[in-house]
Formats: sequence, structure tokens, C-alpha cells
Amino acid sequence: MTAVDGTMEKLEGQLNGEDAPTLVVENLKTHFFTRIGAVKAVDDVSFSVQAGEILGLAGESGSGKSITGFSILGLIDPPGRVVSGAIRFKGEDLVTASPERLRGLRGNRIAMIFQDPMMTLNPVLRVDTQMIEAIQAHRKMDRKAARQRAYDALEMVGIPSPGERLNAYPHQLSGGMRQRVAIAIAFLNEPDLIIADEPTTALDVTIQAQILHEAQALCKRTGTAMIWITHDLAVVAGLADRIAVMYAGRIVETGETDDVIDRPLHPYSVGLLGSVPSANKRGERLNQIPGMTPNLIGLPPGCAFKARCPRASELCNTTPDVSELIPGRKIRCHHPHLEEAAQ
Amino acid sequence: MSSEATSNITGADGDPQIAAELAETGLIVETPFKRFVSEFLESRVAMGALLTLAAIVLAAILAPFITPQNPYDLGQVDIMDGRLPPGSEAFAEYTMWLGSDGAGRDLFSAILYGLRISLAVGVTSGLIAIAIGMSVGLLAAYVGGRVEAFIMRIVDLQLSFPAALVALMLVALLGKGIDKIILALVVAQWAYYARTVRGSALVERSKEYVEAAASLGLSHARIMFRHILPNCLAPLIVVGTIQTAHAIALEATLSFLGVGLPQTEPSLGVLIANGFEYMLSGKYWISVFPGVALLITIVSINLVGDQLRDVLNPRLKR
Amino acid sequence: MTDHATSAAPLIEIKGVSKRFVKRLDFAGKLARRLGAGLEEETVHAVDGVDLSIAQGEVVGLVGESGCGKSTLGRMVAGIMPPSDGAILYKGRDIASLSGDDKLEATFAVQMIFQDPFSSLNPRMRVEDIIGEAPVVHGLVSSRNKSDYVDEVLTKVGLDPELKRRYPHQFSGGQRQRIGIARALAVKPKFLVCDEAIAALDVSIQAQVINLFMDLREEFDLTYLFISHDLSVVEHISERVVIMYLGRVVEAAQADALFAAPNHPYAQALLSEVPRLDQRKRDFQPIKGEIPSPLDPPPGCHFHPRCPQAFEACSAARPLLKTIAPDRISACHLND
Repeated sequence: MTAVDGTMEKLEGQLNGEDAPTLVVENLKTHFFTRIGAVKAVDDVSFSVQAGEILGLAGESGSGKSITGFSILGLIDPPGRVVSGAIRFKGEDLVTASPERLRGLRGNRIAMIFQDPMMTLNPVLRVDTQMIEAIQAHRKMDRKAARQRAYDALEMVGIPSPGERLNAYPHQLSGGMRQRVAIAIAFLNEPDLIIADEPTTALDVTIQAQILHEAQALCKRTGTAMIWITHDLAVVAGLADRIAVMYAGRIVETGETDDVIDRPLHPYSVGLLGSVPSANKRGERLNQIPGMTPNLIGLPPGCAFKARCPRASELCNTTPDVSELIPGRKIRCHHPHLEEAAQ
Repeated sequence: MSSEATSNITGADGDPQIAAELAETGLIVETPFKRFVSEFLESRVAMGALLTLAAIVLAAILAPFITPQNPYDLGQVDIMDGRLPPGSEAFAEYTMWLGSDGAGRDLFSAILYGLRISLAVGVTSGLIAIAIGMSVGLLAAYVGGRVEAFIMRIVDLQLSFPAALVALMLVALLGKGIDKIILALVVAQWAYYARTVRGSALVERSKEYVEAAASLGLSHARIMFRHILPNCLAPLIVVGTIQTAHAIALEATLSFLGVGLPQTEPSLGVLIANGFEYMLSGKYWISVFPGVALLITIVSINLVGDQLRDVLNPRLKR
Repeated sequence: MTDHATSAAPLIEIKGVSKRFVKRLDFAGKLARRLGAGLEEETVHAVDGVDLSIAQGEVVGLVGESGCGKSTLGRMVAGIMPPSDGAILYKGRDIASLSGDDKLEATFAVQMIFQDPFSSLNPRMRVEDIIGEAPVVHGLVSSRNKSDYVDEVLTKVGLDPELKRRYPHQFSGGQRQRIGIARALAVKPKFLVCDEAIAALDVSIQAQVINLFMDLREEFDLTYLFISHDLSVVEHISERVVIMYLGRVVEAAQADALFAAPNHPYAQALLSEVPRLDQRKRDFQPIKGEIPSPLDPPPGCHFHPRCPQAFEACSAARPLLKTIAPDRISACHLND
């Protein structure tokens, strides 16, 4: 990838118009074909992210939220495969893109932040070496300029004395520092899209707060679109512009953060939000969702949540379609909580 | 072994997060043992090696029933049959497919009887070495501190000598005999097991189920043997398999050198040594066929061991 | 720490407990030191002089970030590791001085629920043995009645007794945590130390387990030390909350008082920075800096390098825990 390509892409982005979403995912299906049977890890998922927007992709383990992220990056290995659907990044379909093209985009136009920063960092190389390589892999820039750029990136994510950190090895940094360096690397080439997979889950509360703060500010400043994957609704409540709630491979509800948190429509979102302690009276039993997170193998047809849902009926044996009953709010449910939302 | 042969459930670049996510969804519903078996059999080479090994062991065990001759029953051996080439007719009217040795013994029969001894020596010494190494390694990991330092320094010392040298010195001191060679092999091998068990026991010891057992007031012996040990068996099986092959080879070496088993208990090594003097006179079969039998045995054990290691080692899984 | 104002005698008393972990030099290190290299044995004060008493039936929440010593303290209370200094008293008697039946009674009385539902169950044992082993070994139940007893305990934690012949890997995370709770309940404890017991569970399962803890408390009159970094959970179930930072208690108070108005600057920071559903798109300035290494904690008040209100005294002297209101203590120079 050369600097010329980068400029071309920027131009392309402008030609498509500022309002066109950075990423559009349409009817994405990623399945894993195992000995025991096909696992529909991602099953008909559609969403979009605008430039400068943070989308919170929330779900429990097994909901397919991480696989969705990996599908966008083209990082699904056999026995997994994107079965159907389209992933349009600034108008270009990534599902049909060549591996070379995807490699050119990854770390350049699309960056990823992992839960474990050591997925990004090489333990035997100094921070500056890694950051300079990350820059030079995608654009022509001499070492000195690249190092200055790395310095600026570290400063941008709130790392004190960046000069010292550049000369350090990853193991000499604390967990919070490492994650900041990983975030700085993600922002190095000013990507159009960042996919962050639970980047603060392993961190302490005060450090998490710092990183959420930095990430939010950076997205607004650089106009980068961000998908923040998490299991913790409280984290995305304070961070995201919009939230998509996933359950058993499907997005069950999408909407503005305030709408989804304050007036959830899908019984799963309602149950999840109702079960958090702060929504309950101190010392009293919590409103729990009964049952277990479902096994994706041999999932019965219809709505995956029906076995745990208080509103389930015969109708739920057929898979509900995505509907937009209220403008800007998409849900996949036969019996949404419309009456509460209307209030 | 080829890792692409094992199509485990993995995600992007073997990402453990995705694997965990898939595991959480209940993907892994088969028992670990069933998964182990099916993963093991995914490699054709390993499956072939396992079948070969099974055939060898079976043939060795059943030797008295399938050989035309008991090569150590002097009544059945005829000196007139000596040094016959492969395919010759014996005096007792059966075909010696692999020929005969200097004393007139049918080589096919001699090899199967030799395998019995080689395998018995290898497996017995292996089991004793496992028992000793396992206990010592477990103790080192569990007790820690000075005890661990002391035990592990001895292990290091032992491992710094070549196993063949240690065994050679011991049999030179102790003399010939099946019990002495087993003792020598045990001394040469226990340290490998001690180191293996200590390594995995250290990992297990720090897990929460061990803390739970301690807070339930269970005794140290119970925690060591009932809780920690069963979780250390996988690497022990791998090392045990490969070490058994080493032991068999080592015993053959010692016997070939004439310091191992006596002529009255002829293992494969003794057979090879016996035929060696005839090599230059063109009677290759007396040495070569026992040698091939030894080779096939050791290679098939090693191939099985390699596949076991690939399947049982979580770090190699991708 | 002042005695907690309850009429009942404390069930568990922690008196001046410290835990130091010393990383000894190996042979090469010792040699290097002989030759003049500035190598020192490293000592971590994981827990530094903590006093705490917990009354029968109370639920105490213990909160703090990594390196604050909360898990180490919990393990010492559960008898998994001995304290370096100080004593842990069960019903007024030092556990370390007990022997025979008394010791066994104290051992059973305090049980621990672990964070990781995967590593806390022995993968090679059936559920029946995981739960039934200790009661049978210690003669609480005859081996003939083990099966029935396990059924009974499994029912208490909401699991189907039919599943007892299975191995841990055949269960989901939430079910495994219930098995861990059943294992503890099987020796009829009085006191449960829950170390991040719901942190590794799915959100929709966390509420189920919290409810189980509350139900069991009713049924068996249990006392809890609930260790967590999740303030909303601690706020929900605890009566009293203790906040630790780098091995020391910085503030302890009744839960409602503490959450309404935290006194210590660290407590204030912690409470304001926990993500909450009712706080959207806030534009706050989080407290600066990293949690210092417990190997080399800052002098004086450990929090002073990050504290927005720090002044000279904070780096000079360790602030002592003072009673600032009834039932409420805090260690901050601002209270002087």
C-alpha cells in the first residue's frame, strides 16, 4: 500500500458523500462448520456506522459479537466462513475483496483493538520499532518522521513522557499503558474504522475510565467510526452514540443509546437492563432472566430467546423479521415492549 | 506432525477469545476423551503407526502360539538348519521366511521372542521410572522451597549426563541380568518424568480448585494424589511413550555392546549382535531383520507419541 | 479500626493482619549481589495492617482495584494462606492457635467462593465427588449417604441432582459457579468469602447468582465477605463497605452512607468512575495516573500522587484511620 492509494481512498470517501456510512453490514452470516454440526455464530446481522460515530455492540458470551468484528476484518479461519451477506466499507465489499486488499486495509484504514493488548504488541520489539513499522507498512515516510508521528500518537492517548515509553519493551509497561499503546497504534494511520473488542474488560475501574475518556475524545476529533464490542451495557451507555444488542448470533435491537437504555423494546434488553443491581431496590432480589445462554448447536427454529422470554407465544416459533416500528429503532421481536416505550 | 490435520475449533489466527466464545456456546459437547480419540485418528500416519504398534505388541504377546518354533527350546532347534537364507525349508518342514541364525533358530520366531523381552524391559523400566519420577516431581512442586531446590538440582545433574552413559556405567558396575538392566534404565530415565510432572504440577497447584481443596481441610496427600496428579497425566503419557521407545533402543544398544542382556535372554539387541559376525560373509539377514523389527517398533512408538503430544498439548492447538 | 457497633459478638475478627510476599534471590542473584550488583530481595506488602470485624449475619463488601490486596485478604480469612503478621479470630479465638476438632470447625465455618468457574472445579472429578468428597472424608456424612446428601445440596443451589454424575466441563459458567457454591455449602459453613464470585459470569447469569447468594443467606443465616471490583453489585447486597487501596483500608462505612457521600478522595474517584447505566456521554476528567506498583508504593498516603487534593502532609506521613462519623472510618489528612 502506498501513499497514493491512501489519498485515492480519501478521495473516494469524499466522492461518496460525507453522509454515506463508513461501514454497512447487510445480512451477514458467518457460520462455523464443525464435526458436531454447523454453528450459526453470526446469523443475518445488519448494521451501519457513520464517520465519528461510536456503535456499542453489546452481547453475552456466544452472542457472536466478536465473530462479527472478526468477519469485518476478514479474519475468519476455517472451519468458519462468511456464508452470505455484504460488508461494505466506504462502498467497497469486503466479503469479496482479495486477501491482499484486506491486508492493505487492516492496520491502515481499518484497525482493531483487542482485549489483550499483547495480541497487537510483539513482546520482543521495542514500542518505537513496532509503531514505526506499522506506519511504514502502509505509507512512505522516513524513520525520523515516523518516529515523531508515533510520539504524537502516544501523547494523544494520554501517555505521560512518551519519549521514554517509545524506548520501552511491552513487558516494561503496565496493563493500562499497554492498552493505550495498542490504541495509539490503532489510531496511527488515522483509520476510518476501529473495531474495539472489549479493550477495557481486563483493566481496573479508574484506568478503564481514563481509556473510555480518551477513546471517545479521539473518535470525535479524528472522525473515526468505531465499533465497541462489550458485554457490559454500562460501559457502552456512557460511551456509545448508538447501541446494538446481540443475542445468539442475531442483533435483537438497535437504537440511540438513550432510547435503548431507558426504553428498551426487546424482552431480552428489558430483562438484561432490569437485572442490573442499580435498577433494583437495595438488598432485594434482582429481576433475573431465567435459564441459560443458549447452545448455538441445535438451536430450535424461531426466536432464540423464546425459551427465556416471559412474552413468548406460539408466534415465536417463527423467526421474527427486523422491523422499524419506531423511527431509528430496529428490533427483531414479535412482542416488543411498545407500550412502555410510548410513555 | 502436521497441525493442519487437526481441524480444531479455532477462530481468527487461533484467537483464544473466539475459541472461548464458541466453547461457551456449548460447541464442545463431546467428552474430552471422545474428542481426544477423534483428533488422534485425524492423522493417517499416526493411525498407521498405532495399528503397526498394536500388531507388534500382539505378535509379541502371542509369540508362543504363532511362531513355528520355540527358539529357546533346544529340542526344537536343529543345528543343521544354521545360517539358512530367507525362504529356506527347515528340517522340521516349515518355511523359514526370514532365514535362520548361526544356531539354527528360525529368525521369525527369534525376533518375536526377542520383541517380548525388549518390550517387557522397556515397559517395566518405564513404569517404575514413572512411579518414582512422578512422586518425586509432585513432591517438589507441592512442597516447594528447599525440598524442591534439592530435588531439582539432582534432576538437573542427572539430565546433564547422556542416558546411555549413565546406563552403561551402571551395568558395568552391576553386571548382566534382566533385573540389573531394568534398574539401569530406571536410573537413566526417572529424571525426565520428575521434570515433566513438576512442570505441570506447578501449573495445577496454582489453580483455584487446589485452594478450594485446602480450604475444605483435605490432607496434603489427598490434594497431591487425588486432585493435582490426575491433571498432570496428559504430559506424562506423552513423555512416557517416547521414553519407552528410548528405553527399548537403549537396552538394544547395551545388549549389542554385550553389557546388557545375557545370551539366555536374547532381546533384539542380542540378536543383532549375534548376527553381526556374519555380516561380512554376506549372511545379512541374521542382523538386518532383527534390526528392522527394532526400527519399526521404535518408529511406530515415536509416531504415536508425537501425535499424542500434538493432541494433548494445548499450546500446540491452533 | 473501631469496633463495629453491633450487639452481637463478631464472628470473624481480623486484627492487624499483614501479608508480605518476598521474592527471594536465586543462586545466580545471590552471587550477583556478592559481586556488587544492586540486587535486593523484593518484598510486596500485599496487605498492610488491616483490622476488620464482621458480625454474625452481616454482609460486608470489600472493594478495590488490582493490587489492593482484597483477594489476598480474602484468602487469609478463608485459611488458604497464613498471614505474615496479625491474627484472624473466629468467634474470638485465633484460628492459627486451634487444633483438632476446633480447628476443623473453624476450617468448615469459613469457605470461599472463587472467581473463575473453570479453574475452581477439578476437571477430572465428577460433580458428586467435588461436592461430596470433603463431607465424607471428614465424617460429616457416611459414604453410604453421600449420594443423597449431594442431591440435597445440589437442590439447594438450584441444580438438578440428576446431573451429579457429570464432569465440570459439561456445565455452563453459571452452573459451574453453582457447583462451587454447593461444594462450600456441603461442609455447612457460617461464613462465605466470595472473591469476585460473579465477575466471570454472563450479565444475564450474574443476577441469578446474586439472588442465590441472598436466598442462601436467608436460609442458612450466612455471613458474607463479598469481594468485588463491581460497585453496583456491592452496593446492592452489602450492609457495610470497606474500600482498600494498595494494601490498606482507606475508608469503611455503612453502604448507604458511603455511596451517598464518599469521604476519601480515592473512594470519591472510584464511585464516580464506575460505568453506570444512568450516566450517559459524560464529559468528566478521570483521575490521573496509574495504580503504583505494590513493590514500591509511594510514601505517606499511597494515593497522594494521583490525588487531586493532595498537599505536603500527604507525602510525609501515613494518614491513620479515624472515626469521622458513627460507624464510619476514613484515612485521609483532609479530615484532620
